[in-house]
Amino acid sequence: MTSLIDFVHVSCGYGGLPAIENVHISIAAGEFLGVVGPSGSGKTTLLRALLGTVKPLHGTVTRKEGVRLAYVPQVETVDWNFPVTVGEVVLMTRTKRPWPGAAKDEKTQVDALLERLGLEGLAKRHIRELSGGQQQRVFLARALMQRPDLLVLDEPTSGVDVRTRHEILHVLTDLNEEGIGIVLTTHDLNGLAAHLPRLVCFNRAVIADGPPLAVLRPSFLERTYGAPMEVLEHGGMPVVVDGNLGEFSRRLKAKSAS
Amino acid sequence: MIGFDIFEPYQFEFFRNAVIVSVLAGAVCGLIGVYVVLRGMSYIGHGLSHAVFGGAAAASVMGINYFLGAGLWGIASGLLIGRVARRRIIGADAAIGVVTTASFAIGLVLFAVYGQAHKSLEASLFGSVLGVGRGDIIAVLVVGLVTLFAVVVQYRPLLFATFDPEVAHVTGVPVARMEALLMTLLSLTVLVTMRVIGVLLISALLVTPAITARMLTKSFGRMLWLSPLIGSATAFVGSNISYHTDWPTGATVILVGAVLFTVVFIASGAKGRRSVDGMDHHAEPSLRAA
Repeated sequence: MTSLIDFVHVSCGYGGLPAIENVHISIAAGEFLGVVGPSGSGKTTLLRALLGTVKPLHGTVTRKEGVRLAYVPQVETVDWNFPVTVGEVVLMTRTKRPWPGAAKDEKTQVDALLERLGLEGLAKRHIRELSGGQQQRVFLARALMQRPDLLVLDEPTSGVDVRTRHEILHVLTDLNEEGIGIVLTTHDLNGLAAHLPRLVCFNRAVIADGPPLAVLRPSFLERTYGAPMEVLEHGGMPVVVDGNLGEFSRRLKAKSAS
Repeated sequence: MIGFDIFEPYQFEFFRNAVIVSVLAGAVCGLIGVYVVLRGMSYIGHGLSHAVFGGAAAASVMGINYFLGAGLWGIASGLLIGRVARRRIIGADAAIGVVTTASFAIGLVLFAVYGQAHKSLEASLFGSVLGVGRGDIIAVLVVGLVTLFAVVVQYRPLLFATFDPEVAHVTGVPVARMEALLMTLLSLTVLVTMRVIGVLLISALLVTPAITARMLTKSFGRMLWLSPLIGSATAFVGSNISYHTDWPTGATVILVGAVLFTVVFIASGAKGRRSVDGMDHHAEPSLRAA
């Protein structure tokens, strides 16, 4: 398989201090890869290095020539008070056209994209007047306008309910089946990460890289999160639970009994 | 009843010039003001006008053409402010405060020493439409057309870089160049409208039409033509009122804008509260109402 992105011994950071160190990863065309790790572990820096907005302090990040990357930011970072409609958001990536209005083919594309993402009829709505899942899909639509080879998403399911999470996973799987590569970061080990074909445990460096059953193991998870975790298996899928919680429940039970 | 002819002042050329230049100034300030407001640059606009005053004073004393001297000074300080604002070590607002007030102070000193001999400096400070000549009208018109051209041609990159700079950068938008473009346009706008409205009031003309427009629409495209329209309408009404009341023109224009803002604020507040009732469960009503 041809690789789209190659990280070779990459260290990146801000103000000379590395936030990620000695990272070695390859991402092939059409892959679906999840990155898990605690807050502050450098996941976003990893994505930025991948996208090229942060230059490595050491090592090299090689992107295949002509590869089209598109980025979907965390919805929490979006300015929801900004006066912008769904249609305006989706169209803003087409920066080459020196005119505000949409060309005929652009209009057709926007309509088709909104329809396929279940957002038909919402083009004139303000971005705030949408449900959580719809908001996430608007930014997905904006990224897809660029016809990317690789879609990069930062925490696409953070702060959404179960139904919305399923909705997002569904759309991403469809896109992946069409050949679009996907890289995403997530906090959600059981709801999202365990279902992906490839997973990277990350905390400033790659701790484990492989299919969920090989990666979601207590030793890797403890090194990633710095806290004990147990892994159960349910229907061939790993299920991660917090370890050492027995003591808390014993103490709380004792308190309610007294 | 006292006889009152609203067309009376139009027989004077100075008044016709004053209205034309005010309306043009309102439009160009309204247009660039959209970016000023959405990028949170109000303070930069305010500071920039003070900085340009230093340049105007220096140009006046040295006998250099106002637009040339103050223009170069203005663009230089605009770019400097843009650069300083990107530095995170010093608080951007504090750094802007130091740079621009120092420049303003130079202007005030020069004004105190040479002010009597240079009437145009007083105009820069408080604004005056009385001395408006053909040159001023052409200057505002040219800057207005240049700004309009840039805003139309670079509509999408400017919108993207304003709304979401990080993703814009990833998508290949030259974000830094877009910022420099906006700072240059803002500097030019301040430069040509300052003598009409005055240093002390120009930032109000940059901000008020844009926020009034913001309350009236949720679309960026619509805000972009609504804001200049409001700017020129308030400038037109303000300059007419100013003639009949003998109030200073700049101040009157700003007051008309403030009154319109207040009306829209109260009206859209009520509408905003009504629309909250129809919200779906994902939106936070408390945030919406704010």
